Amino acid sequence: MDFSFNDEQQMLLDTTQRFLASAYGFEQRHKLLESEAGWSREIWSQLAELGLLAVDIPEVDGGIGAGPVGVMLVAQATGHGLLLEPFLSSAIIATDAIVRCGSDAQRARWLPALASGERIAVLAHEEAQSGIAIDTITTRATRSGEGWILSGAKSVVYHAPMADMLLVTARDDQGIGLFAVPGDTQGLTRHPLRTVDGQRAADIELENVEVGADARLGADVTAALAEVIDNGIAALCADAFGALERILKATIEYSRSRKQFGVPIGSFQALQHRMADMLIQLEQARSMVYLATSHCRDADPVARRAAVSGAKVLIGKAARFIGQQAVQLHGGMGMTDELDVSHCFKRLLAFELRFGSTDAHLADCRQRLRAA
Amino acid sequence: MDLAFNQAELDFRDEVRAFLRDKLPADMRRRVHLGDHSHFREDIPRWQKILNERGWGAPAWPVEFGGPDWSKTQQFIFEIECALADAPAQLAFGVKMVAPVLMRFGSPEQQQYFLPRILAAEDWWCQGYSEPGSGSDLASLKTKAELDGDHYVVNGQKVWNTLGQFADWIFCLVRTDSSGKPQRGISFLLIDMKTPGISVRPTRLLDGSYEVNEIWFDNVRVPVANRVGDENAGWTYAKYLLGHERTNIAGIGACQRELRRLKQMAAGIERDGRPLLEEAVFATRIVEVELELKALEITNLRVIFAEAQNHAPGPEASILKIRGTEIMQRITELQVEALGARALIAESPGRDLGEDLPRAVEAYLNQRKLTIFGGSNEIQRNIIAQMILQL
Ligand SMILES: Cc1cc2nc3c(=O)[nH]c(=O)nc-3n(C[C@H](O)[C@H](O)[C@H](O)COP(=O)(O)OP(=O)(O)OC[C@H]3O[C@@H](n4cnc5c(N)ncnc54)[C@H](O)[C@@H]3O)c2cc1C
Repeated sequence: MDFSFNDEQQMLLDTTQRFLASAYGFEQRHKLLESEAGWSREIWSQLAELGLLAVDIPEVDGGIGAGPVGVMLVAQATGHGLLLEPFLSSAIIATDAIVRCGSDAQRARWLPALASGERIAVLAHEEAQSGIAIDTITTRATRSGEGWILSGAKSVVYHAPMADMLLVTARDDQGIGLFAVPGDTQGLTRHPLRTVDGQRAADIELENVEVGADARLGADVTAALAEVIDNGIAALCADAFGALERILKATIEYSRSRKQFGVPIGSFQALQHRMADMLIQLEQARSMVYLATSHCRDADPVARRAAVSGAKVLIGKAARFIGQQAVQLHGGMGMTDELDVSHCFKRLLAFELRFGSTDAHLADCRQRLRAA
Repeated sequence: MDLAFNQAELDFRDEVRAFLRDKLPADMRRRVHLGDHSHFREDIPRWQKILNERGWGAPAWPVEFGGPDWSKTQQFIFEIECALADAPAQLAFGVKMVAPVLMRFGSPEQQQYFLPRILAAEDWWCQGYSEPGSGSDLASLKTKAELDGDHYVVNGQKVWNTLGQFADWIFCLVRTDSSGKPQRGISFLLIDMKTPGISVRPTRLLDGSYEVNEIWFDNVRVPVANRVGDENAGWTYAKYLLGHERTNIAGIGACQRELRRLKQMAAGIERDGRPLLEEAVFATRIVEVELELKALEITNLRVIFAEAQNHAPGPEASILKIRGTEIMQRITELQVEALGARALIAESPGRDLGEDLPRAVEAYLNQRKLTIFGGSNEIQRNIIAQMILQL
């Protein structure tokens, strides 16, 4: 047992934190939020220069191969910074999908462009009706000569508007296939969305989208994709944890400085107990981030799913409680969009609902319940 | 004991229902249903005028001022039926807040001028209590009013003024004496929003909405005739107001409407091939909140009954406020959960995504305010501890 981080891991964390502290202040982020595009290519390039877009690429593929702990620390920092750029979508989830499912040629073709920030890719998997299990999607792939024709719809795909390439999941007779579809392919429509947490996403329609034989990554990717998504959820948990740390710290500080009835509101025992409960949930969440991080690469799906779904549930509950109480303890100020607190609150709401809601993961955990 | 409404009350309910069916304009009803606030400025006075034509413009007012002379039970029924019919909520600041104070403490001139105008929706009122440094601790307020001949000169800043951007008048608590106990030096002023020296700046809320404002007073001259009651007695009037019109503080009608909507949503949304309403965990969550709401409805009726027995509404109102706001917040959470990740859509230009996007998530965000304003739920719990539990 060892809960310390090694030098390389610590350095990744410091690098990310330092960069975001200087380049991603409240005002800077606010400008991006209000801008047409909703993100900054310049910030993206700087993240690439710092090597952060290559953290989840193995060394053999020219990446840093920082492993789950490294990814966790970077994601924690991007969550703390409320990063709007597609770090999790492109540098973790889509990158990992290519690493796991792609052929040597596909990896060599795409990974360097993703690592350098020149290209952005996102996984387009979730559908309006799909569940946690990978094979609940209905988008179809049918053979057409050497290539494939894709038809279906994907729902609230984060960062799809800025993606050069969409990794679309679709079912065929062999199972679930993964297809690399350039954003400008005919038949593919992206309906742009702004999400509650200020990010950009899209609903995607695929109407007889033709792709070549080389667009397909692997054969049946059901098992591999489950790993990709669990790895992504673990990173998303770390991201949420970063936002949780920030919102709790902001609340404690506010309770020290805000005075009513001649004293800081933090001196009221009712609020002290509330913040004590928030801290307890934060520490429980931290433990679950560690659990998910430790098992998110397990090949054994049972142990992996138990850890990842379990983390999603408990951190989801912490997100709800800590987020709501942080707003409450800020009083009217918590209701404005002028402080960190409401922005963290909305990021945490998005966390609860993305990649399977708290209830959906709870149901998943329920399936593994045994008498002993 | 009999929990059911008597025949006269049921007849009254039918009368209200018939009125809402005939007189509530469809476009307004639709906007309320969709959570579309874009026409507040027109809809609220328009609805007030329709109510007033029927003599129902101020359910709680006595007949002498133009009220319908309803019992508390009738008022309760009226509020529920209006909410269930998707009628716009009446603007509380005039009808429910400043008016009772004027009736009790205002001069005959103030009563004669303002009350009919409130009934007929000729003036839009807003409430100027809170200040940057004075929220829960309202008595610490600093906005100053100094006597200069037959005028007060007002300087200071108010915050969180709900819908102040449309207001013709603001009722304010101001400091007229700083020497003694803070509560003793407060006066209650009625200020015309067109007076020179007033500036209004919007505060954007977390759901992107614009419903509250900051208001600055820079040497604003207010006639002494616009002071309500005595100088330095404003705190008493404000407290009177707090003890008044709390019958419907639980918001039972609005909760029932949103619960109904939640159930309809859950019946229409499928998960794993069957309606969410039949999914054990989600159905349990709905039932839990439904039971809380049923209990609160009866608790509310008990408070009304006690009031009718001449037992002045007291700290029980805090129970209604706490539970009612928590129930409403819970319902908004469940509506969001029912929608799953699609609830995250805040905006999708040019597309029709149905009635619940982004209404449900906006309501979830916006309704966080319920436990903060009107005396935060922490303050309400303090009241229960002190006044009911005598701790
Ligand atoms: C959307 C919205 C609309 C509003 N509309 C109006 C309006 O039209 N007019 C108007 O005058 N005001 C309005 N208000 C202001 C509202 O009344 C105040 O927000 C409220 O009184 C709380 O004050 P505060 O925001 O300063 O929070 P604070 O008083 O600073 O409270 C911060 C936190 O401390 C807690 N707290 C404070 N004191 C205690 C204590 N003694 N024990 C335990 N906990 C405590 C509070 O419960 C809260 O959680 C509105 C507020 C909102 C959010």
